[in-house]
Amino acid sequence: MSDRGGDYSYTTEGPEVAGDRKSGFMGLPALGIADRFAALPLWAKVPIVLALVSFAFYLPFLTILPFAYVRTDLSSGGSDWGGVLFVVVIYMIVAIGLNVVIGLAGLLDLGYIGFYALGAYSVAIFGSPSSPVTKLIAEKFGLSEGWAVPFALCIPIALAIALISGVMLGAPTLRLRGDYLAIVTMGFGEIIRILSRNVDAVTNGPAGIIGVPRPPEPSENYFSSIESAHWYWLALAVLILLMFMTRRLEDSRVGRGWLAIREDEDAAAVMGVNAFKFKLWAFAIGAALGAIAGLLFASKQAYVEPTGFALNLSFLFVAMVVIGGSGNMVGVMLGAFLITYLPERFREFQDWRPFAFGVAMVLVMVLRPQGLVPSRRRAKEFEDRKHEAEEAAADV
Amino acid sequence: MDFNALFGDLGGHTLDGLTKGSVYALVALGYTMVYGVLRLINFAHSEVFMVGTWTVLGVYTVLGADDTSGMGMVIFATLAALVAAVVASASVALAVERIAYKPLRKKNAPPLIFLITAIGCSLVLVEIFGHVLRFFFGPPFGRAPVNVPSPIQTVVLLDVGGVRITNVQVFIVVGAILMMVALDQFVNKSRLGRGVRAVAQDADTAALMGVNQDRVIMLVFVLGGAMAGVAALLYTIAFDLTKFDIGFIIGIKAFTAAVLGGIGNLRGALVGGLLLGIVEVYASTVFNSSWADVTAFIVLVLVLMFKPTGLLGESLGKARA
Repeated sequence: MSDRGGDYSYTTEGPEVAGDRKSGFMGLPALGIADRFAALPLWAKVPIVLALVSFAFYLPFLTILPFAYVRTDLSSGGSDWGGVLFVVVIYMIVAIGLNVVIGLAGLLDLGYIGFYALGAYSVAIFGSPSSPVTKLIAEKFGLSEGWAVPFALCIPIALAIALISGVMLGAPTLRLRGDYLAIVTMGFGEIIRILSRNVDAVTNGPAGIIGVPRPPEPSENYFSSIESAHWYWLALAVLILLMFMTRRLEDSRVGRGWLAIREDEDAAAVMGVNAFKFKLWAFAIGAALGAIAGLLFASKQAYVEPTGFALNLSFLFVAMVVIGGSGNMVGVMLGAFLITYLPERFREFQDWRPFAFGVAMVLVMVLRPQGLVPSRRRAKEFEDRKHEAEEAAADV
Repeated sequence: MDFNALFGDLGGHTLDGLTKGSVYALVALGYTMVYGVLRLINFAHSEVFMVGTWTVLGVYTVLGADDTSGMGMVIFATLAALVAAVVASASVALAVERIAYKPLRKKNAPPLIFLITAIGCSLVLVEIFGHVLRFFFGPPFGRAPVNVPSPIQTVVLLDVGGVRITNVQVFIVVGAILMMVALDQFVNKSRLGRGVRAVAQDADTAALMGVNQDRVIMLVFVLGGAMAGVAALLYTIAFDLTKFDIGFIIGIKAFTAAVLGGIGNLRGALVGGLLLGIVEVYASTVFNSSWADVTAFIVLVLVLMFKPTGLLGESLGKARA
């Protein structure tokens, strides 16, 4: 405590901050990887990033032995390695999107699965020739049998639906207190699932929709569902693009607005930050990212059905963000990776997965409320609150 | 939309709604008390209720009570189940407080962190009954719904203009209201209850006046857990079943009931619970039973949007409790 002095200011720049973090997780010395990387000159950064990206693209074919143990298909009955990588990347997109809502704007959204489901269902409803909606449209306008909206057009449709529903959900509820908001969003997620099960005329009910379209293919069957490596590359490309975009967003005026709201809404309001507007932005952007992830997932599965969007998955998404370290993109991606990859790699323990999540959520939050790899700013906030609590206790 | 089905048997549906609502109201008390004192949604409270239902099943199994048992056995088994469920639920509630909330209170963590540990606890409890216990002991634990044969046989007591009132319905509604009155009196009249009200009103001042805050918080969790235990017994008598994830939907509805009546307000929980039960039964008759669960969410959203303080206002601290 003494080495920190009385400095609670949230300085994020400068070398003295690096020295400030003497200990990392569980008292181990902090590696300061982020600081060291940030301090590198551009000519060193570019090759490192390129090497990481090419390694990520190479992963499906990783067979060099000591490293190949990460593969999930080593034993018979293991899951398809490319497929696991694909799901990991999809959940990383989800985590990045949810991080905008939870980590940056500080709104607990327990119904994020709703947006994911909206993305998946909108590509299925408009893109599949066998969905009730496309059939109806084809019949009404005398279009040929098997008509459907092309995949490329489904993307803006899915985004628009997600954005609109994000705003529609957010507009009345974002003025609520944080914990109320959590419950209402959870209700939203559950309502979306029940709607997808009950409104047969649009979603085909519990039977689901088959024939979800694939992206445009460079060659015949390039994106068939067994070519999981190709799907992984596609998802990875989308992920990298989205990472770049959200990173820019974080550093923008909007991103600073979010941080200000999260730290102290009243103070932010005094400084002229329109909290409601920025929260709505966070909600809508998070919704759009969730929809993209859902869209990709549905497209690879070529099939959507209501049970795939149970509320448990929503808690899983929240667990990724908070265990990884909300507010920090690297942290939440690590969280998504751990939570998706570990159960697949150790498939024999699959039934224990939800139990292990529960235990991990409680343990991580009690021991390290800021998450495994928090953003520095967030870590400082928690430190500060803890000091306040200690001072208050000393006063009594 | 089938209004004929509703108005054809309005009395019967209302009675069904009251029965359901009594259970919601009892569970809602747990949310409301914890919220009143800590300003915290105890998300794991629904699982406290779930543990209660399993305890009831356990007591029946151990005593060998079923619907063929004699009168003496029925009374004994029901009382034993009541005591066991109350003790089990109260202990689980207290354990959750100790493990998931107390360390965070010491760190002054933001409210969202409490919610997340609560979800974690809730997952752990659900999985203990859904998987862990099955792994060690096999069925009846697991993910399938389990029949809880209530030893109390359903008898029609009264027939008022075609509306048949059964002993089970009377037992549940009267039992729930009795428990609520008892709790209300306890919080309003007793010395410990005064402590609860003081902490709810102003925790710091209460501490200065010599109220042991930690003890009050423990008491609140224990009382809420005990009410959930009673609710668990009444629920199994009415619906004869339990399941590992039974708590989730009941929890949501009970929370909705608490918000509807004014969270933090004990009498509000009763009003909200009964009202929600009735609305839900009406809605599932008019529309379709697959829409019943949506009703609660829609009611919740509407209440939060237009009257976030609920029907009776939020006030565990005020004298009306």
